[in-house]
Amino acid sequence: MIGELLALAGATLVLLAAIGVVRFSEVLARLHALAKASTLGILLVLSGAAINLRDLNDVTSVVLAGALHLLASPPASNLVSRAVYLSMGLEGAVIDERATARHR
Amino acid sequence: MTQATFVVLTVAAALFTFRLCVGPSLADRVVALNGLVIVGMAAIATQAAHTAVGAFLPTLVAIALVGPISNGMIARFIEARKS
Repeated sequence: MIGELLALAGATLVLLAAIGVVRFSEVLARLHALAKASTLGILLVLSGAAINLRDLNDVTSVVLAGALHLLASPPASNLVSRAVYLSMGLEGAVIDERATARHR
Repeated sequence: MTQATFVVLTVAAALFTFRLCVGPSLADRVVALNGLVIVGMAAIATQAAHTAVGAFLPTLVAIALVGPISNGMIARFIEARKS
């Protein structure tokens, strides 16, 4: 029961990220909406599955998948946002802290 | 409860597919594709928890690694391309 509730909460977070990806107007805003779901949402779904599963082998697979995704997803989002900044720049931004920083 | 989870994931996948088809730049499509990967991971985990069959869970581990790494590769491609 609690595992299914966790999975439903994570799926709702993924749905909210999808609505944000469709509704937001800029690439960086869409990336910001998706990065939340790719860490917290998928971790909620995976912990719900790990609670429901009985076999130890399956539970370790799910935990390994969650740990690897938590390790690899934020640097990937950072790389994509950096690539967007370097290729397109910031449109309509009030402040650009990276352009005025001393150490880039 | 599991049916509700799958309905929510299907709506999310439809929205991501819309952005994948419409998205004006390549970065938008990368974001939408990353969202589709997340929806697929969530669907595999939910199905395995519902049926208590763990045959697809090694696939989950592979997708959890391949998705973000491919994301980084496409980011390098966007960065190298003069747009």
